[in-house]
Amino acid sequence: MSVTVTTPARRKNYLNADYGIKSWLLTQDHKRIAILYLVSITFFFVLGGVMAALIRVELATPLGDMVEPDTYNRLFTAHGVVMVFLFLIPSIPAVLGNFLIPLMIGAKDLAFPKLNLGSWYVYNLGAILMVAALLRGGTDTGWTFYTPYSSTFADSEVILTALGAFVVGFSSIMTGLNFIVTIHRMRAPGLTWFRLPLFVWAHYGTSLIQILGTPVVAIAILLVAAERLLHIGIFDPALGGDPVLFQHLFWFYSHPAVYIMILPSMGVISELITAFSRKRIFGYKFVAFSSLAIAVLGFLVWGHHLFVSSQSIYAGLIFSVLSMLVAVPSAVKVFNWTATLYQGSISWQTPMIYALGFIGLFVVGGLTGTMLATLGIDMHVHDTYFVVAHFHYIMVGGAIMGYLGGLHFWWPKITGRLYSVFWSKISAGLIFVGFNLTFFPQFLLGYMGMPRRYHSYPEEFQILNVLSSAGATILGLGYLLPLIYFTWSMRYGERASDNPWGAYGLEWETSSPPPTLNFDEPPVVTTEAYDYLAMRDKKTAA
Amino acid sequence: MQGESSHSWGLAHHFDSFDQQREASNLGMWVFLVTEIMFFGGLFTAYVVYRSGQGAAFALGSHELDITLGAINTAVLIGSSLTMALAVWAAQTGRRKAIVGFILATILLGGVFLGIKVVEYSAKFEHHLVPGPNFHWNGPEAPGVEMFFNLYFLMTGLHAAHMVIGMGILLVVAILAWRGAFSPENHNLVEGIGLYWHFVDIVWIFLFPLLYLLGRNIQV
Repeated sequence: MSVTVTTPARRKNYLNADYGIKSWLLTQDHKRIAILYLVSITFFFVLGGVMAALIRVELATPLGDMVEPDTYNRLFTAHGVVMVFLFLIPSIPAVLGNFLIPLMIGAKDLAFPKLNLGSWYVYNLGAILMVAALLRGGTDTGWTFYTPYSSTFADSEVILTALGAFVVGFSSIMTGLNFIVTIHRMRAPGLTWFRLPLFVWAHYGTSLIQILGTPVVAIAILLVAAERLLHIGIFDPALGGDPVLFQHLFWFYSHPAVYIMILPSMGVISELITAFSRKRIFGYKFVAFSSLAIAVLGFLVWGHHLFVSSQSIYAGLIFSVLSMLVAVPSAVKVFNWTATLYQGSISWQTPMIYALGFIGLFVVGGLTGTMLATLGIDMHVHDTYFVVAHFHYIMVGGAIMGYLGGLHFWWPKITGRLYSVFWSKISAGLIFVGFNLTFFPQFLLGYMGMPRRYHSYPEEFQILNVLSSAGATILGLGYLLPLIYFTWSMRYGERASDNPWGAYGLEWETSSPPPTLNFDEPPVVTTEAYDYLAMRDKKTAA
Repeated sequence: MQGESSHSWGLAHHFDSFDQQREASNLGMWVFLVTEIMFFGGLFTAYVVYRSGQGAAFALGSHELDITLGAINTAVLIGSSLTMALAVWAAQTGRRKAIVGFILATILLGGVFLGIKVVEYSAKFEHHLVPGPNFHWNGPEAPGVEMFFNLYFLMTGLHAAHMVIGMGILLVVAILAWRGAFSPENHNLVEGIGLYWHFVDIVWIFLFPLLYLLGRNIQV
């Protein structure tokens, strides 16, 4: 594979191929659909972020002096529901995966372009239901909809929110199905499974979880909605029903869903680490299979959410051990990334800063996850801020760092424009510092016993809470900057070359932005993934 | 799948060959059916968990179901799977009218199934066996029997909803077939809906023994 440096003058590309609102809303081009998703999820990221800001303002003082307790319940529920279902789960797959998978495998599009567009409409339909629920006063069950509170007692918009999550789930299934078929059937000649970029492997694992897990949570929340609507007692103990059955069905999806959020991010990191170390990944097959291992093991650990929910001690013991096993493939990834850095020719570009930040934060999130998988510790810190800090290290420190790193890496490919190097590095720094300041104190708070989901707390917890709120301000600023300079770059940014980073991969061999059918010539692959050595030799020879 | 030519559908722009297009379409349907298995799987799990706790009440519930109508419906549905398979065969061999005929037969049999289901459901309404405020059962097992009927209506209702959707799609496919949209090279839609229909059939093959037969040998 060679690096072609063509001047990206006024070439026909997917952005200027057609104009007008209709050409976007009815497009079947995976690249344009990725942009549609980008707009939608950015909106909901801001919305979820505003909820988080309100929560942090309330928690700056020990007294519940800003919102009523009931309002606070609705706030953190909205934050969770919006961030999980409308931002994190679709974020990398529906935006970066959608845009990049056909490019990376040398295909003209995903296998089912109409289904792809349909998934965006389904996503928005679900989002509208959830927003409608918010406008009608919101939901107070927490994003987990635990029965019997959600099915019988809660006096809020449970049905609308649950139906929203149900509908959004189908868009996730559609994306996963499309990816699986595309990766199986649409690869360019010569692109064997073990020549695939690890980003594609990670998305394959993610898609497996999406198609196997999502239907189960769909039926679970459908049952809650049915129980509320029709006044039948599916989880009602009076009829011999079991509220804990809901927890099982819910976490059977919702724990693997964590891996829907983090696996694509890990795929991004594999691309970034290799590109900015100019080295082939250390242990390609191990990293590839660790994605599948995480996807499979992820389905066997849901019981660790039920350690204190009347689950038998023996089941708890087994789920504890299985949960710790997830640390193995996760550690394989971290060690292999680190080994890839060793003796690499490292450059400190913005995406690389995000990637290194990811590794640090993911290690903290992952290790505290192993602590929580330990029965004794979990009994102590269950439902405290320790848990809140842990999963934010994974979902924000991990998933969002990866998402932003990927967005910075492929932005020149997506838009054909470069953004401000200076400001992007500032934002990466702010996010790393702000994130740690926000969430590290929460580990301490949780360990000291501060429970989650309360709007007030004893005075001795105030210093750490103020630190956390201050960190959230910095974090918010860090997130605001990319919104500004990315938007700015779309109009004023310098035009990007086809391969501005000198990175390896099919997506860098086509123009920036790519033509509607992705490649002028159908690519044929003859080399391994991340063959930076051969690429350098070729360059020197030329 | 774009319809460029006036007659049968061609190759979509992003596929290289009809083979690739067919394989993608088939794999897509199979993956979708996997999600369907997981979807119904949640309900089957609930059934297993609750039945293990109150088997006697579930057996009582079974006795209230009409086994004759259930058996007839099983035969009707298997028959519809046969006509569906014949429709796919007709598509493979490029016989336009036969595709339409067999699909209409499939829809008809689906209609018979749903009609019988309506008769069964209305009998449950009359006997106050529909869960909710109007449910009535004499005896200590009342809560368990109500739970049985919760699951009965949810499982057969979800199954019936799948049939209604399937029949709607079949109608569209029949119209497309009448217009000559399919060819021996490209009849992926017929194959796809065929797989779906067989899946819905198989779900019933599990529902019938679980709901109608299991526990019927117990004298009550």
